[in-house]
Amino acid sequence: MAARAACASVAHMDVGAALAELKELSTQIDVVLVSSRAGDLDASTATGQTGVKLARLAADIVTQAEQVRADMGREALAQLQAATPDGSVFAVLDGDRMAVATTGPDPTVGLVFYDLKTLLRQIDRGVDPPPAADEAARVAADESPEDGDA
Amino acid sequence: MRKRRLAVTALVGAASFAGTLIYRRRTERSRTRVDLYFEDGSMVSLAAGSPDADRVLPLATEALLHAATA
Repeated sequence: MAARAACASVAHMDVGAALAELKELSTQIDVVLVSSRAGDLDASTATGQTGVKLARLAADIVTQAEQVRADMGREALAQLQAATPDGSVFAVLDGDRMAVATTGPDPTVGLVFYDLKTLLRQIDRGVDPPPAADEAARVAADESPEDGDA
Repeated sequence: MRKRRLAVTALVGAASFAGTLIYRRRTERSRTRVDLYFEDGSMVSLAAGSPDADRVLPLATEALLHAATA
């Protein structure tokens, strides 16, 4: 029983650390969380009850999107972006788990999806993450020769 | 002559203002949408004002409000 509780605690810490690292590296993400598709929060960079509320709202968003998908007769939903002038909500689905992020207006969509997919892969594998997309792009730019040098 | 010049100036100003309003409204509408990506690699974009998008967008707005207080 005690060992089981310890394992759960370590797993939770790992997810929290991964979220904190992603939040630190990505300049576009305001809040990021991991939850079940039913809206049960696993970990979040938001403090207090905000993370819990966001997880439930994200679950509602995914439920509504799933109904739209069913009405259209499409394949399973993989990810979504709900964009408003004030910002965007992103969700990437992986089985019963989902990674959710909020951003400001006009985010770089591909980078946010890349970061959330990487986060889910990292949590699944329990290994050190590759750098977030923003950081990877920055490192690549630093390492590439300047135009004038050629 | 002077009255005519004033009228033309006012007309150009009004047209410019109306154009700005129309442009802003269009830009805002195109920025408000729901993009759904499916496992087969296809994507559907639901425009603001469509019944399907209106099921999702209020929830997203509420989520962004909560995120802003985090």
